[in-house]
Amino acid sequence: MGRYVLRRLLQLIPVFIGTTFIIYALVWAVPGDPFAGKCGERSCPPSYVAEMTARYHLDEPLIVQYFKYLGQLFTGNFGETYAGVQIGDLIANAYPTTVRLAVVALLIEGVIGVAAGILTGLRGKGFLDSLVLISTLFLISLPVFVTGFVLKVWLGTELGLIKTSVGSDPSIGELLVPGFVLGSLSMAYVARLTRTSLMENKRADYVRTATAKGLKQNRVVGVHLLRNSLIPVVTFLGTDLGALMGGAIVTEGVFNIRGIGGLVYKAILTKEGMTVTGIVTLLVLVYLLMNLLVDVLYAVLDPRIRYD
Amino acid sequence: MTEPTASSPTTEDTQAPPAPEQAAPAGSYSAGTSARPAEAEKPRGLWGDAWHDLVRRPMFLVASVIILVLLAMVAFPQLFTSVDPNHADLLKSREGPSAEAWFGYDLQGRDIFSRTVHGARASVIVGLLATLGTVLIGSVVGILSGYYGGWVDNLLSRFSEIFLGLPFVLGAIVILTTFNSPQEIPSGTRVIMQVVTSIAVLSWPIAMRIMRSAAIAAKQQDYVKAARALGATPRRIILRHMLPNCLAPVLVYATIALGGFIGAEATLSYLGLGLKFPVVSWGVMISDSREFIQASPHLLLFPAGFLVVTVLAFVMLGDAVRDALDPKQK
Repeated sequence: MGRYVLRRLLQLIPVFIGTTFIIYALVWAVPGDPFAGKCGERSCPPSYVAEMTARYHLDEPLIVQYFKYLGQLFTGNFGETYAGVQIGDLIANAYPTTVRLAVVALLIEGVIGVAAGILTGLRGKGFLDSLVLISTLFLISLPVFVTGFVLKVWLGTELGLIKTSVGSDPSIGELLVPGFVLGSLSMAYVARLTRTSLMENKRADYVRTATAKGLKQNRVVGVHLLRNSLIPVVTFLGTDLGALMGGAIVTEGVFNIRGIGGLVYKAILTKEGMTVTGIVTLLVLVYLLMNLLVDVLYAVLDPRIRYD
Repeated sequence: MTEPTASSPTTEDTQAPPAPEQAAPAGSYSAGTSARPAEAEKPRGLWGDAWHDLVRRPMFLVASVIILVLLAMVAFPQLFTSVDPNHADLLKSREGPSAEAWFGYDLQGRDIFSRTVHGARASVIVGLLATLGTVLIGSVVGILSGYYGGWVDNLLSRFSEIFLGLPFVLGAIVILTTFNSPQEIPSGTRVIMQVVTSIAVLSWPIAMRIMRSAAIAAKQQDYVKAARALGATPRRIILRHMLPNCLAPVLVYATIALGGFIGAEATLSYLGLGLKFPVVSWGVMISDSREFIQASPHLLLFPAGFLVVTVLAFVMLGDAVRDALDPKQK
């Protein structure tokens, strides 16, 4: 187990460097003047250009720039925006909101998705099964921004149940609807995954054995069937947490949530390269570590899987 | 997109890409010397079974009808409407649906029905090309990495993870802003190609993973071992033996992804980074409508409705094909 984790950690390094380098190159190696429009309507004074070039190592080859940036990042220094604001502070302000939103989304999709999956998976074909299949189909087909807009206008403006704009330090209650919107697509997948997995395992030998031993139905389902069937679901939920944080741009935009997504979107539009690379690096790191965690968890949940 | 199913009654042969070897079996068909013509009398294969199963599924039929209508809309929008989608009459700004304009008018007084019909083309083309790119790159990389294994597999898998680690929307935004400076307004085809490329670049690892696991499973099969024992080159084994047998799961993914990519194009247009005027697409229309949703919901309702129904049709088609191909369900 220890060796497996170590090997995976080593494998993470090239992937991490590859992903962050692509973003770094895309953001910084663009042809064109990086200072265009930074000083208002006139062109930047030479002293400013010289200082900025030195500070961001712009006169060196891209690969050197990148590794200097990475080294600086590992000392915990995210750098500054062009206006001199510490990017670390910006991230520290926005990150808790996004994490909260992602966790709310994950909880909603986990609870509703698994519940719907179990209900339909155990009962088999029937009205409820068709209902869940069709409604998940609709959730999968709806782009997030359409769901978000419709819910915002309907619940917020028409019924006045929620605030259409979420404040800077939102409570869990305020994040319920945005979380639902963010998690709706994955919720449909979770429901379908649970259902398929249960349907496949329902006829497995170990379930028959457990029933034949005279165990109560509750125990057969709760301990034997669910524990085995939920393994792929847990895997999906784990990887999804990493994906939800990076995917929150649209949801945060619709509900005016001041999280990482809004920050990075604004940074991309205003060409704040430092902010973009910093946030993307962070997101990629979270995503990769979540994947590793899920793989390790897999072995804990399913003792048949051995990595050595 | 109906090809995978429409061509399924014929054997796997049609699924192989045009390879140099393709000419030989075609010749032997007419000559009738090889064992192949005898196969036609045999019980149906995987694809034949699936087709037999599919035509009995209402979900498949509904999805096919929707997709056929949509394709007609893409090819001949004039059949559905004679109004110019970019003709604006400011007097009619945001007028509701009427007998004259079934879906009403948008902010600039353009006929929404006509725009929705004409918008199908850009949306579907982006979806189709992006799916094609994703499947092509993913299949090639996936089958190579599954067949060769070892360090090739390790290298290619790590390489694909690089792109998998990038959040989709974020990656697409970075790519699209990098190649378009905000000052210039790029031409329609250029933006379409950029959107297609960014979707394909960020999605191929999923197709690659599916193809890779199918190829690893197929590699263990007796027919591959037999082919290798007979001295077939890796190229022949991959193209003639493994590819036809590994294609099914990727095609199912492609059908479902096609719907998703149409939605992705709309999301990018909504963010103001995808297609732009004068190109008409559903995403552009939805993006235009967002300031006025409360006052005139029909601006959002009709393009969004078309978008959802289209995505729904492709997801349904993919679902039905997957169920038909999955032997576990029988």
